[in-house]
Formats: sequence, structure tokens, C-alpha cells
Amino acid sequence: MNKKYGISLGFLMVILIFACLISGCKSGGEIAAKDDETINVSQDNGTIYEDIKQAEKIFNALPSPLESAMLIKSAGARFDEALLNPIGNVNNYATNKSMALNLGIYTCDLSFASLYEQTQLIIDYMNAAKKMADGLGILKAIEQTTIDRLEENINNSEVIMEIVSETFMNSNSYLEDNGQPAIAAMVLVGGWFEGLYISTQLVDMNDFNGNKLVGRIIDQKLSIDILFRLLESSKGNPAVDELMGQVNKLRTVFDKISITSSPIRPEFDKSSNTTILKSEVKTDMTPAVFQELATTVAEIRNTFVK
Amino acid sequence: MRIFRIIPIIALLVLSSALNVDAQCKAFAKKVCLPELGSYTHDGNYHAAVLVEGEEAELYKTFYSDMDYRVAICGEEKLPDIEFRILDANKNVLYSNKDSDFARTWDFKLQSSQQLKLIVKVSSFNQSGESPASGCVSIMFGFKVKK
Repeated sequence: MNKKYGISLGFLMVILIFACLISGCKSGGEIAAKDDETINVSQDNGTIYEDIKQAEKIFNALPSPLESAMLIKSAGARFDEALLNPIGNVNNYATNKSMALNLGIYTCDLSFASLYEQTQLIIDYMNAAKKMADGLGILKAIEQTTIDRLEENINNSEVIMEIVSETFMNSNSYLEDNGQPAIAAMVLVGGWFEGLYISTQLVDMNDFNGNKLVGRIIDQKLSIDILFRLLESSKGNPAVDELMGQVNKLRTVFDKISITSSPIRPEFDKSSNTTILKSEVKTDMTPAVFQELATTVAEIRNTFVK
Repeated sequence: MRIFRIIPIIALLVLSSALNVDAQCKAFAKKVCLPELGSYTHDGNYHAAVLVEGEEAELYKTFYSDMDYRVAICGEEKLPDIEFRILDANKNVLYSNKDSDFARTWDFKLQSSQQLKLIVKVSSFNQSGESPASGCVSIMFGFKVKK
């Protein structure tokens, strides 16, 4: 009898402690680095992370798939369907890691197709993203009504972007709210890599110097530490640890690119009610480093989509 | 042995209240904060947390020179004013909404792409003896391609 109660009490206490832990995480947010924790910083963004331990909640915000696709288009790049992850691959993804990465990848491809008004591809890639979200158990992220609404507004780019943004928010908020930050991080990582992969593949080496798209690729160096920190918050998860190794490899290549900025001067423009953050930036990336970057990105991305 | 009946009930209540708080936070972000972006396209990212008076949150993000941005920071009504500051890599404050009567939004663009830090702080009611207020705080970004 005593033994029976001993087991039951222990079990119940575990449930209660687990519930309290979950509750603590949800209400207080992700706890920042502890006082005695060391923080590794890259040369470029060293000072920006110095006060990190003071905050109750840290958000490491990578560009969303929609923003990545928008950056590619705004750089004047052309659309190339051959660069997207074929929708025929959807049945290849059975693990949480592969479904999470490819949810990000398909959402980026969907955004890319949307911005270039590729109507049939928009529907196909929304279905592919839905399959990944369903596989991850993300409830109500992309419902049939969403697909129907997409079809009804297939020629209205504003509504399509709104739908893409909404479905992506449904997915990542579901994952964050249901205690799956590692999966949420992998979705973002997949989308970010896809944007970088498409960009690097679209660069014309005969038009390298002064190429706007090359400038956008260099800018991604600014996000590599954010990416690493995002993954670091789920360190210990085997899938995340593997990704951190791959991101480290990419970081080594990005370290060969230099970015120096003058101090930022905010100037308020009354006519547009907008602040302009003025600064001059000097960057340096040789064609050889670019080729190395493109190869590394393609190698890593290919491990995600295979 | 009433305790064996009570503990699971307490555990379930704690769990369900935690999940409920998150669902409320998401609903708050969608209903209250998203409309603040106006004509800007929401990037689709979700950043929200429950914060208590005096607590801070930080966000790190790269902003690109090709875009016009709007950041919207919203706190539930039961919270005091939400202060936010934008800092560069050298900790220089580029903007503080304290200077704009705790405005919820800020529109900006950049001459060159930069990684910036955003610090959000829930100010304090300073009412001694009362438990501090807590509620959802949401951070959202909208963008437009620069014309």
C-alpha cells in the first residue's frame, strides 16, 4: 500500500512540477543567459549583445521567408522556378526536422512565387507548406478555407501576401505557444537558407561588381549571429546541434567578408513622418569568397531538401 | 488521501491557464497589434510575451536598406505605458518612444543595412502594496519596398 502511494505521489509531483515549469516558461518568457554564462560574440556585433543578460525575454528575429523573398525581388532578380524545392519532394519528409526546415523552405518558395505572380505555383506551394504544417501537427495554420481564399484572390498580390504572412504567423505562434521553440527555430532557419540559396544562384558573375543582389547577400552576414543565437536557445536538441555545426561552417565563410559602418545618424523627415537612419557602409567580398559562400549554402540547403 | 485527487487538478489548472495565456497573447497580437501596421506588409514573424511591470524584452534584427519599416509595439490595456528604444551596435539610442508620448509605432528606413537592437520595457505604476500588473506585449514589423 505504502509502495503504491509512494509511486503515485512521486508521479503526481512530477506532473505538478512539469506543469509549473511549463507555466513559468509561458508567463515569464524565455529566460535570458544566466549571470555566469559566457557570451560568444562576433567581431562585428560584439557590443550589441553586451547587455543581453538583463532582459526577461530575448527575441532573435531572422528575416521571415516573405521578407527574404521581397529582398530578392527588390534587388531586381529574375524568377527561376528551377531553383525552388520541387513540390514532388513533399513525401520525402517524415521527420520533424525535415518537415520544419521544409515548411520554411516551401514558405519562402511560396513567397517568391507570389511576388512574381506565378499563379499555379502559388497554389501548389501553399499545398506543400500545408502538408509540412499538418505533418508537424500545427493545428489550423493552413486550413482548406485558406487555400480557397487564395484561389479566389489569385490575381490580387496584396491579399496573397497577407495570406502568406498570416499562415506563417499561425505556424510559428503555434509552435512557440506549444513549447516547441526548436521546431519554430528550424522553420525560420529553413526559410532563411532558401532565401540565401535562391539569391546566390541568381547572381550573374559577369555582373558581379555593384550588383544589388550581391549587396543583399553580404547583408546576410549581419544575421548570422542572430541565426546562431536562435539555434543556441535550443542547444542539446540533436537536430538543432547538427544545424549549429552547419551554420558554423557557413559563419566561417561569412567571416571572410568585411562590413564596416560609419556611426548611424537619425534624421527625421517631416513630410513622410519617417526617420531616416543615415550611415555609410563599406563592404568587401571577392568573387572567390562569393563562390565559396554559394557552394557552402548549396551544400547545406541540399541536405535540407534531399 | 484527498491530495492524490487535488494534485492532478492543480496541475491541469496550471497547464491550461498557461496555454490559455498564450492563446490570449496571440489573439491580442492579431487583433490589436497587427492593425497598427496599417499599409505595411506584416513580415509574418510572431514576437509576443507576457511581461510584468518593470520587466524588459530585447529583440535583435537586421534591417535592410531597400525597405521602409514600421515597428508596432503593443501592450494590453491593464499594463502601464510600454517604452521602447532602438539602439545601434554601439549602444547609441536612435529612437525612444518616450520622446513621442509612448507612441505605439515608429516608421523608419535605412541608408545602409544594419543590425539593430530593440529594447521594450513595461514601465511601472509605482503603487506600493499592490501586486504588479502583467500582460501581453507584442512586437510586430511591417515593411514596404522603398519607392
